[in-house]
Parts: sequence; C-alpha cells; structure tokens
Amino acid sequence: MASVKIVLPGDIIDTRREEDTTQQESNVEDEATVIRLGPGLVQSSEAVSAVTAGVLHSNSETNRWWVAGNKRRYVAAVGEPVVGVVVARHGEGYRVDIGSAHDALLSHLAFEGATKRNKPNLAVGTVVYGRVVVANSVMDPEIECYNSNTGKSEGYGELSEGFMFKCSLGLARRLIDTKAPVLAALGNGVPFEVAVGVNGRVWVNAGSVATTILVANAIRNSEYLDAKQCRQMVKELLEKQ
Amino acid sequence: MVAEIGPSNIESAFLLEALKKGTRVDGRGIYDYRTLKISCGPTYGLAEVQLGQTRVLARVSCEVTRPFPDRPTEGIVLFNTELSSMAGFGLDSSRSSTQEVAISRMVERVIKQSRAIDSEALCILAGEKVWTIRIDVHFLDHGGNLIDAASIAAIAALKHFRRPDVTIDGEEAIIHDVRERNPVPLSIHHTPICVTFGFFGASGDMLVLDPTLLEEQVQVSSFTITLNSHREICALNKAGGIPLSPDQIQRCTQVALAKVDEVNEKIQLALKASTA
Repeated sequence: MASVKIVLPGDIIDTRREEDTTQQESNVEDEATVIRLGPGLVQSSEAVSAVTAGVLHSNSETNRWWVAGNKRRYVAAVGEPVVGVVVARHGEGYRVDIGSAHDALLSHLAFEGATKRNKPNLAVGTVVYGRVVVANSVMDPEIECYNSNTGKSEGYGELSEGFMFKCSLGLARRLIDTKAPVLAALGNGVPFEVAVGVNGRVWVNAGSVATTILVANAIRNSEYLDAKQCRQMVKELLEKQ
Repeated sequence: MVAEIGPSNIESAFLLEALKKGTRVDGRGIYDYRTLKISCGPTYGLAEVQLGQTRVLARVSCEVTRPFPDRPTEGIVLFNTELSSMAGFGLDSSRSSTQEVAISRMVERVIKQSRAIDSEALCILAGEKVWTIRIDVHFLDHGGNLIDAASIAAIAALKHFRRPDVTIDGEEAIIHDVRERNPVPLSIHHTPICVTFGFFGASGDMLVLDPTLLEEQVQVSSFTITLNSHREICALNKAGGIPLSPDQIQRCTQVALAKVDEVNEKIQLALKASTA
C-alpha cells in the first residue's frame, strides 16, 4: 500500500499481492482467499474490474478492496449515515430527500421511543440524520433515525438549528473519519457540533451565526488541502475572526 | 423524477438570520461577486465562465444563409440555451421549466435587442446571403445566478469569435477559407453585462448581489440590471416578487455600475490570454 494507484473505469485489477505469492502457491489447493469487493469494483467472470475512477485501496487484514472516487451524485448503500430533508408526509412515515435518484422512506416508528401512539411530528423541510437500511436498485431506499438493535437514537434524528451545506462525496467520506484534520483543527479553536452524511451533506452547529459560517467555510475549503494546509487554513480563519 | 425541492427549514432560517447581521452564509459581503474566472478558446468563439460554483459554456458559430425576406440587409442571430440534469438536481433537458425559459429569454434579449451585434455588418449580398450567427449556451453547473454567468459567457464568446473573411466581386461573394485568409472578428457595438440582485425579508429591505442557489431559493424578489461599459442601461428585469422602491433600484444601479467595469476588465484579460 505504499504507492498510490489510480484506476479508471474498465481497468482490470490484479488482487494478488507480491508478499503473498509464495504463500498462495503452496495453499492454492487448500483454500482460496476470499476477496471482498467494495464500492467501485465489480467481478466479471474471473477478473475484477473497476467501474469508477479513483484511487484503489485495499485492506490486507480483512482482504477488502475498493476504489475511492469522487462524485457529487449519491447512490444509497446500506449502513451509511446520511443527512436528509423531509419532502412529504404519508400515513406510514415520511419521504426524505437524501440526494439519490429516488427519495428515501422513513417510517414513523423509526425513531427512539416511537410507538403507534407516540409518533414524532416532523414538518416538511425538516433536516434529519439517519442511517440507510434498505438500498438496492429495485426499491426505494429506506432510512431509520435510530439504532434498531439498541433502540437508542445514537445521534440520529431531527437536526434543528445550525446550518446544512452540500459538498462532494469524497470530502464527506474523509470527514466521517474521526481523525479528519480539518475537524480536529477546528475543534481545537471553537466548540461546534457536526453531522456528516456520506451523501455529500454536512450539518454544522456552532454557538453563533458567525462561528457556524466560519466552520462551514473551513470544511468546504478543505477539499483539496492536506493535513498541514488544513491546520494553516483554520489558523488563519480563526485569527481573522 | 425529483421535483424542485425547496430549501430545508434550517437553511432558510440560518440564511435570514445571517443576513440580518449583514453576513452571507459563504462569508461574502452583500455586494461581493463570487470568484469570476473566464477562459476563452481553444477554438474561436468558445468561452467558459466560472462564477463560484456556477459554470456556463458559450459557443458561437456561423453559417451562410438566406436573410429573412422582410430584412434583406441584416444578418440573423440565433440564441439557444441548454439546461440539462448535469447542471443540477431535478433539472431535465426535455422539459423547459419556466425558470429556464426566463433565463434564456433574458440573455437573448440582452444580446439581440440591445443591438450589441451589428447585424448590418453580417450582410454579404443583400437579399441573398447573410451570416447567421448562432450562440449556444450550456449550463454545466447550477450554483445560482445563471443569468449573469450566461451573459458574461455569451458576450465573451461573441467578442472572441472570428468568422471567415468575405470579398465581394460584383454579384459574387467569395468566402475565404480560414487557412487562406485570417478570419475576422464580429462587429460588436458594446458589451452588455447582466447584474442580478436578490431581495429578502418581508419588505425586501435586505439585498444581496450575485445570489447562490440557496439564496435564490429563499429570496422573495429578484432584480436584474444590464449595463455596458458606456454606463448605459441596456435592460431592467424584474419579474414578479415583492415591489421595490425607487431608492432600492437606484442603490442597485450604483453598485452594478462598479461591478460591470470590473467584469469588463476581466473579459478583456481573458480575451488577451486566449489560446486561440
């Protein structure tokens, strides 16, 4: 994983590793290593090919391979946290726009402590933070605003106050990482709350309007900056304030 | 499939609260343009404008045709816009929304009715052959304020364009290939530039210049003024929305005058730096 490998759609990926070839030859009849393909990779007969343009990543412990590409149109996938906007109310729940081709469905009961008698009352235009539970090419995606195993909200639910803005999917994925440099640098300077949706939407709430705008702009500007440049940019923004 | 979705409640509430304090959500001042980048070339008549997140591409081409029968000595100017789903969510090139038609008409009016292009100079043989100039504007990215970006792109493309040279020999017109003789520029009288303002608040007392997409969705009124470098007003456009007072219009005009000079300078620099 030393050098950066850029792939284009259609490139055939060689998933064997140089360190492992000796081992593989001896074990080839005993077991086949199972390779898990993540986003951007698809298996066609024997070969693995890339379907997105981006940087090829792999994880040797879990044998996962994926392509980290950058787009602005979101395709829903199960388990991902997303920020959505309620666009319609139905008897069964809400229809939420998460930026994908089809709006997602959010059931009335998919909230912490919700029962048939005690349903949340969200107006059209409310911003919610949820997790995708159903996402495939034939059905509308569905999201839930709580952890269905524990029954707790765990940060999901309605987001009130603050500000929401859109960014590219690549930046959103980097922000989800808790050690994202721009968030760490900002956290040292100002107190704020942030909810990152991998659908390219970020919600920010700092105490005042000016601080919220500062945090939002810092995050937006950090798209093409590395860690050191992020810290420098944040330092300059905080000093100007 | 997805219709035009309005802004979420916290986005509009935050935007209005920030405006009351005199700031905008992207940190600009209320009279600041976003970063404007104009690039012309590599072929003649191709101009791309980036105004913040908004990107517009304009392309000018020409063709020899018969003139309209009632205007035998004038060339023809055709104008076309394309707003496809590449530009943003909920946009579809097969259906023209009212917004797209309004933008298209606005920029067309600005170019044609203000007589920016000298149509008489496009005549080759009266009654038989004239140049038809075609301007195609493609909206690549909708980040708000498409009108301003489109007008800058269209004018930059027109100024950058070169048509084949023509010599008249009695009754015959010889159109020289671009490899034989250098192509000549169009005769542009003046450069009209649109400047758009958005108004907010119950009485429209808060205004911003060059609204972003979110600001456009939240605004209660929009006003576009078209000026050229000779300080002439080419067009005023205010379609619907809450009424504005004369001092508001005066204030906007003063601000627009300064901005138009800056934009014209940028266009000149882009034309000089062009790779064509």
